[in-house]
Amino acid sequence: MRIISISLLLLLGGVLAYASGDLPSRGDPQAPASVHVSPHYIENSLVEMETPNMVTAVLADYRAFDTFGEAVVVFTAALSCLLILIRRRREEEGDEGREGRA
Amino acid sequence: MSLRFDSGLPEGLAGSAHRGMSRTYHSLFVDVVTKAMVPMIQVFAFYVIFHGHYSPGGGFQGGVMLAASIMLLRLAMGQEESFRRFPPDWGMLLAAGGTLLFAVLGVLPMVFGGNFLDYEYIPFLGAEAATRRYWGILLAEVFIGFLVWGALVAIYDALSGGGE
Amino acid sequence: MEFFIGRYSYYLIAALLVVGLYGITWKRNMLKKVIGMTVFQTAIYLFFIQGATKIGATIPIYDPELGLDPVDYLNPLPHVMILTAIVVGVAVTGIALALLLRIQRAYGSLDEGTVIRKMREGR
Repeated sequence: MRIISISLLLLLGGVLAYASGDLPSRGDPQAPASVHVSPHYIENSLVEMETPNMVTAVLADYRAFDTFGEAVVVFTAALSCLLILIRRRREEEGDEGREGRA
Repeated sequence: MSLRFDSGLPEGLAGSAHRGMSRTYHSLFVDVVTKAMVPMIQVFAFYVIFHGHYSPGGGFQGGVMLAASIMLLRLAMGQEESFRRFPPDWGMLLAAGGTLLFAVLGVLPMVFGGNFLDYEYIPFLGAEAATRRYWGILLAEVFIGFLVWGALVAIYDALSGGGE
Repeated sequence: MEFFIGRYSYYLIAALLVVGLYGITWKRNMLKKVIGMTVFQTAIYLFFIQGATKIGATIPIYDPELGLDPVDYLNPLPHVMILTAIVVGVAVTGIALALLLRIQRAYGSLDEGTVIRKMREGR
């Protein structure tokens, strides 16, 4: 069983390595990811918002909606972390064995 | 707001009579180094947030550094001292305040006829569109920094059994 | 040979991905599964970040000596995505650890088999 699983994982790694043959070579300036929208960001961030740091410009202006979503995700994660670990007084007074299942 | 947490560890693993990770190491070196390092970490973190337009940095990185400084306080000083300096309720308050202010900053341009988070339409941020966007980015970064700071401290407090 | 030199980072990332998946699927301890998940996430981060590289380019901060030619600057978009993804990943790891504490509190163990057995017994 362990042999099958490990060979499946190795097969997955082989498939990924084989599929990387169709990906652009490392550091290629003409890679598809680098010629679609990023030239617009690089050329216009200084003009449109006086911000030399293009990462900040994309983070907080061009894709601010995305960042807002991420912010809400982080806030929700903190909130749910508190709610998972909070211990209510009612549970504490009940018997010790049944707590945590509520 | 008073929350109670339990680290869930058996008593033997929790270390001392205190529950959770509340044990203090009474060491002069730890105390002195912590007291010297925490303000410097926080000043550098605010530099990272506010200088994000010109150098690598921004709200996320600076917020993580601020949270790390609070975690250093918690680890080195024990619960009583560190809760006096940074109460456990503040984590969630900062996170909620940061998210709320970010949302307000997003809705504000809609009041003046723009799209969501389109800083160009906020009239009191500057005269030209580029200047308005500049200040809008700065405000957004500051709010993100507070959000990340509060959220990570709240997660750490919950996990380490703080807030009792 | 040049084909492999241009793609060595993909092979290393694929290896890291497989290591993370091994941790998720084959470790019996749930804490080790979370560690495997973190390794898996790191592989994804590295995949995005290495897609931003351009040979001969510098960091995406405007330099007056270079001008505004896109060839001279790294692609800023993957950096933004991974910047947010790292913080979200930390928060998600926090939730996973909170759930583990809850499981430990309820069943007294983090071992997968023990927890499933106790769930079946209806405890």
